[in-house]
Amino acid sequence: MPEAIDKVSVQVTINGRNYRRDVEPRLLLVQLIREELGLTGTHIGCDVTYCGACTILIDGNPVKSCTMLAVQADQCEILTVEGLEQDGELHPLQKAFSENHGLQCGYCTPGMLMSSMALLAENPHPSPDEIRKGISGNLCRCTGYINIIKSIQAAAEEMAG
Amino acid sequence: MYPAPFHYHRADSLQGAISLLQELGDSARALAGGQTLLVWMKLRFDEPQHLVDLSRIPGLADITQDGNEVCIGALATHAEIAKSALAEALPSVRDCGSGIADAQVRSRGTIGGALGSADPSCDWPTLLHTLDATLTCIGPEGTRTMPVSELVEDIYTTTLKTAELITEIRFKLPSENSGGAYNAFKRCAPAYPTGSAAVQLSLDGELCSEIRLALGSAGLTTITSKEAEDILRGNPLTASNIDKAAETIVAAADPVPDQRGSEAFKRAVLLTLIKRAIDIAVRRCNGETIKGHHEYA
Repeated sequence: MPEAIDKVSVQVTINGRNYRRDVEPRLLLVQLIREELGLTGTHIGCDVTYCGACTILIDGNPVKSCTMLAVQADQCEILTVEGLEQDGELHPLQKAFSENHGLQCGYCTPGMLMSSMALLAENPHPSPDEIRKGISGNLCRCTGYINIIKSIQAAAEEMAG
Repeated sequence: MYPAPFHYHRADSLQGAISLLQELGDSARALAGGQTLLVWMKLRFDEPQHLVDLSRIPGLADITQDGNEVCIGALATHAEIAKSALAEALPSVRDCGSGIADAQVRSRGTIGGALGSADPSCDWPTLLHTLDATLTCIGPEGTRTMPVSELVEDIYTTTLKTAELITEIRFKLPSENSGGAYNAFKRCAPAYPTGSAAVQLSLDGELCSEIRLALGSAGLTTITSKEAEDILRGNPLTASNIDKAAETIVAAADPVPDQRGSEAFKRAVLLTLIKRAIDIAVRRCNGETIKGHHEYA
């Protein structure tokens, strides 16, 4: 085992705010976000790149933050679930999940929302099949997929105006 | 879960990365997108003392075309390749890239990393065998090229030397009368395939003039079969010829029974996949537009 491990300086922008921390290289990005910065909306589910509960957007791309080191995110722009709400107004996706009963226990919801953000940015009018594929990296163990898909469809309509 | 402690080095040039990897030797690993390596490290299957991060090295993720030769930079992500003009032009590349794991993994995982991990469940190596791809590798002794078929010695073991890195994947664009397809069967999106199959073929009237077949997740390395290809090359693609060739390559496979299925189940999956891939390739050859994708259980 290596002895003194040098900490590495990491600077990230999360939801528009700048953060700088000196971190151990092995610190995972999800741990930086949750434990160092206190943004606990991003969840850890499986911890092995399966469930997608830890999904965030990095420079607009969906990423599982349990399978990325904090040091790899240096100088990146990150959006977490806390960044969706603006001035006390829920994002259309959040509103749609609430109105369409798109969650039961809610554990997978932050990841579902972030994957849906990425999907709708790329494809503003997805078919139900495209939605299923778009969120295929996010598992809901309450198996509430029907209402999740309905929620994303409703949000897509709302966002398209 | 934390990986074991390691020192982190961010390379800003290819030569810098190679020198550092050479200096650090076996205690170091090259880090690309990390979608395989970081999981292994978290599970403590691997405990390197140093990580050399290649991801900030400029110019290693470009997808370019020079005449009829395509060049994919080793750091191009699955998503970048799946959304590229190349994938638009070559549907088998889109089939493969757009079906790997899920959107999140495709954002980070790279084609070079998938090759370098020498994991027979990875999708790109199977497809690249049917495109007769060559790899550009750069190491302390300079640059060399090798056919993709020579990269993997055994499961998780490549023929790359210490500090040697894959930098480019090159192949010729198939001719006009060609068609290709890649498909995989998975239990769910983030899972590795239970089996996968790739085909690239050319037609000369009713006859199959050239063919390449490959199977993934079908043994400890990518499975190919010259014997199966010989059944089809120069012959019409009748149902009985296709059955015979498919059975021959599946007989050459050596699927390992695991949580994804028994050996018999995997052989049945592979047989269906290779026949389906041949069918799609022929129809694409004949000008049909088919949106191929991975199948889920």
